Amino acid sequence: MSTDLAFALRGVGAAVGSFTLRDVSFELPMGYVMGFIGANGAGKTTTIRCLLGMQPIQTGQIEVLGHRVPGPAALRQDIGMVLDHGYLVRDWRLSQVERALRPFYDTWDGTRYRHLLDEFGLDPRAKVKDLSRGMTIKLMITVALSHHARLLILDEPTSGLDPAARNELSGMIGDYLTDEGHSVLFSTHITSDLERIGDYVTLIHDGRIVSTGTKDEILDSYRIARGGPDDLRDPVGVELIGARRTPFGIEALVRTDEADLLDEAVVVEAPTLEELAVHIAGPGPRHTPGRAPESGSDQAPDRDAAPRQAHPTITTRRIS
Amino acid sequence: MRVVLSNTAGVPLYEQIKQQVGAAILSGELAEGSALPSIRVLARDLRISVITTTRAYAELAAEGFITTVAGKGAFVAALDSQLMREQLVRQVEAGMQTALDAARRAGLHRDQLIEILDGLLDAGQQEAAPVTGQRPEGLTTVRGASL
Repeated sequence: MSTDLAFALRGVGAAVGSFTLRDVSFELPMGYVMGFIGANGAGKTTTIRCLLGMQPIQTGQIEVLGHRVPGPAALRQDIGMVLDHGYLVRDWRLSQVERALRPFYDTWDGTRYRHLLDEFGLDPRAKVKDLSRGMTIKLMITVALSHHARLLILDEPTSGLDPAARNELSGMIGDYLTDEGHSVLFSTHITSDLERIGDYVTLIHDGRIVSTGTKDEILDSYRIARGGPDDLRDPVGVELIGARRTPFGIEALVRTDEADLLDEAVVVEAPTLEELAVHIAGPGPRHTPGRAPESGSDQAPDRDAAPRQAHPTITTRRIS
Repeated sequence: MRVVLSNTAGVPLYEQIKQQVGAAILSGELAEGSALPSIRVLARDLRISVITTTRAYAELAAEGFITTVAGKGAFVAALDSQLMREQLVRQVEAGMQTALDAARRAGLHRDQLIEILDGLLDAGQQEAAPVTGQRPEGLTTVRGASL
């Protein structure tokens, strides 16, 4: 197992009610921040729960900080979580939070906890339920930093935060990453948080990974194409991703290597992360969760079928 | 060190950092041997990704502006190193080219140009001696240019 990876998911499949994660594979090298982008319901939280060992998986394997998940109990100590729902008892005072959590962590640093509360302007006498959304996130980050977590997992930390608080969070992440043994996975549907600080980006849609790599690689691999009302009607060899047609024209995402095939009248530009997220999430506002997969070559894989050669690890596990 | 990034410049962020740090080194604002902020501290302070600052430093190192010492960080390279000298000569040539373009538009002759250059050199001599100390060989390439 590699110790240079913060985590790796390989061919992970999991079913939660009617929702399925299919063949989810991506990894993050240690020392970087990855943005995990997808619309609401795309599978971000389920994937994070798998990563944390909170959700059993049916296929594939997961590695976190060099350990197979579910890993030894000690692995929990190295992971700090900022979840979209608070996991702390609402009636606790912040001083009680420390007393309650301290026994679970060998490396708990009480001085650091009190210092960070002070730095973030959190009153130790305040109750968890009285904190604003931004303050709750600061508290969860304070907890993570107080037990010296090496991997910080933030699930939608910026939803409900005002721009100033989001900027402050970006600063905290940068601060945390000055230690190259630290890594951050950051799920969000607000892409502007990642335009600058994101090192890696993974896009998820309908329980499947659409793209993963460094932010620049991802941005380079797609183009936005815009044309008039009669342009881009069934272009040969070009898949239009999330095409949106109006009486005045059409806008769609295309793969960069296919963009050369487009008519010269079509405007082709580099996309922003936001445009990527919008088009990958589906065509226009009338998108419904139960809709068929994107047009074109997309073959719906049978979830019960034998895993494809992309993740041979699964067969070795069955043999052992 | 001063680094000011623009989101709308159309120049990639790593390139902006490279240009500004490179310019600060060439101008002598960042002295030889002085330590640059670490890749991660720079990323934090500029609120940009570590990959971006890593790329900027890697290119600065490749062009001889800085040297990186594993575990210690990045330092401004010695000014008399070959690569640094090339950078300076290139800067002189670029400046000269700009001057020549303007001179052509203004219809100046070679003699008038040399007069201006001598005037500037004299003025520079009174302010700071090192400028006229020696002429980089790179200047000879300009002499052949016809107006």
